[in-house]
Amino acid sequence: MEELVKAEQTMPVSKPAATSKLSRNLTYIKKNYILYLLIAPAVILTIIFKYIPIYGATIAFKDFSPIRGITGSEWVGFKHFTSFLTSPNFIEILMNTIKLSSFELLIGFPIPIILALMLNQLRKSSVKKNVQLALYAPHFISVVVVSGMVFLFLSPVGPVNAILSTFLDKPISFMSDPDYFRSIYIWSGVWQGAGWASIVYVAALANVDPQLHEAATLDGASLLQRIWHIDLPTLKPVMAVLFILAAGGIMGIGFEKAYLLQTPMNSPSSEIIATYVYKRGLLAGDYSFATAVGLFNAVVNVILLGVVNQVVKKLNEGEGLV
Amino acid sequence: MNSQIKHAKGDRILLLTNNILLTIIVLVIVGPLLYVFLSSFLEPNAIIRKGLSLNSSDWSLEGYKRLFTDDTIVRGFFNSLLYSTGFTIVTVLVCLFAGYALSVDGLVGKKVFMIFFLFTMFFGGGLIPTYFVIRDLGMLNTIWAIILPGAVNVWFIILARTYFKAVPNELKEAARIDGASDLKIFFRIILPLSKPIIFVLALYAFIGQWNAYFDAMIYLDDRELHPLQLVLRSILIQNEVQPGMVADVEARNELMRISEMIRYSSIVIASLPLLIMYPFFQKYFEKGVMVGSLK
Repeated sequence: MEELVKAEQTMPVSKPAATSKLSRNLTYIKKNYILYLLIAPAVILTIIFKYIPIYGATIAFKDFSPIRGITGSEWVGFKHFTSFLTSPNFIEILMNTIKLSSFELLIGFPIPIILALMLNQLRKSSVKKNVQLALYAPHFISVVVVSGMVFLFLSPVGPVNAILSTFLDKPISFMSDPDYFRSIYIWSGVWQGAGWASIVYVAALANVDPQLHEAATLDGASLLQRIWHIDLPTLKPVMAVLFILAAGGIMGIGFEKAYLLQTPMNSPSSEIIATYVYKRGLLAGDYSFATAVGLFNAVVNVILLGVVNQVVKKLNEGEGLV
Repeated sequence: MNSQIKHAKGDRILLLTNNILLTIIVLVIVGPLLYVFLSSFLEPNAIIRKGLSLNSSDWSLEGYKRLFTDDTIVRGFFNSLLYSTGFTIVTVLVCLFAGYALSVDGLVGKKVFMIFFLFTMFFGGGLIPTYFVIRDLGMLNTIWAIILPGAVNVWFIILARTYFKAVPNELKEAARIDGASDLKIFFRIILPLSKPIIFVLALYAFIGQWNAYFDAMIYLDDRELHPLQLVLRSILIQNEVQPGMVADVEARNELMRISEMIRYSSIVIASLPLLIMYPFFQKYFEKGVMVGSLK
């Protein structure tokens, strides 16, 4: 490093600005090395567990052999991608992924907003607080337990079928019918997460100047009009950011719950890319193929995020995420 | 004025509807939880069949008794406690340090670091390459596979940075004039002022790890090492009642009845601690969400 600085200094002063900037930076780093020591653990861990795997993902373009390792395995180009894209279950898995997450977005995104607007009407703060306390509770339950509750409640001998038995002749096997999987997944998610997700909106609404509402009331605005013209515009920026993040995550839909709620019988609708990667890769040992599928997913995801960000930027007067 | 009076009536109806709907929502949220709690003390489906009867023959602690005849759940509980505590300490320290460095005005390379971290939020190598790294480091079936890979939480770093930025610069300047080093400033001045954010991050980290099962499923084959959520998964999802819990039961019907009770009681055992504690910490959770949304 020192030599570099010297070399820079002895160079003809054709680029004085650049030279002095570099040496200024080096002195800064030397003087404030503590800051760089503080950030080092995070950087090292990120390199090991985030960037090295990105290098490792090159096995998607190779025929991975455990003996030859990642570097030694033979390049095969896009073989695994083509074999995934032309495989008979490609369309089904892709559509399952897209359907599950876009329906989740369509239902799961507006509900917390509506919930927040409703909570905002509660005038008594003690009531409001207790209602919120109840609504947040399911957020603190693990996804394993929520899925377990779903299995218990919806089993052929469970409480839901016991109630339905007054109308139906025989129990519905919810968990082994592909038709029910998405609804179960999405509504159990709403049950668990909508209350918690409303927090941000509730907080934004708390910042609305009460005088705005008073003035509007004096001018003869109804409650609905005030919600529409005062409350909703307040939420718009928060909505934009959260929508980009949610829509950008469409292909990244979580593995955890889908895998728990999956049964061999409902897999025609519950098999999504993430569960497929896990099964083909770690369970069946088809490493290169599964990595290719995962990589395909990640790339689509990044593209999607970029597109959504641009669209929202247009709609939201130039305010996007990045 | 006229319209105001006209609206007042409509508004009242709307507010009433709102209150009724919210009541229904609260019932829908709390109902299942209450049902599980009560059912864990009752014979299977007793509530549906008979309603809440006070008949003592319907009440039973058998689910709980059987749950504890086998040490799997207790071991899972302590494993989870260990993993969550370890993970919380590591992730909070790592993210606080990084967040502080990134909060310093004029840090050279700040933008590069931010892009370096943010990039990992949107793109990654995926499940299998990550698994390979952890396997090659010899971390399979060790606590490190649970603690280290997720220790850098970009969201936490941003939260911490936002918080540190709000600490008045005058404080740091004054200390610097008094001859304090960066390290001293961080440990003596910044950290003591940062208890709320540390607490928020620690809560999030602990609960996130407590409720997670995925990493443990992938990286820990050894059943002795399984955290609570994996034990629950085998009881609740895979219908594997631990043999030790039902060693003396032979009839199939009896086995089904008992495993049903075990499932309800295991949910209560696993969820009750957090559900009881979280109202006390609600303030901090909300604060975490707020700091994050300001960005």
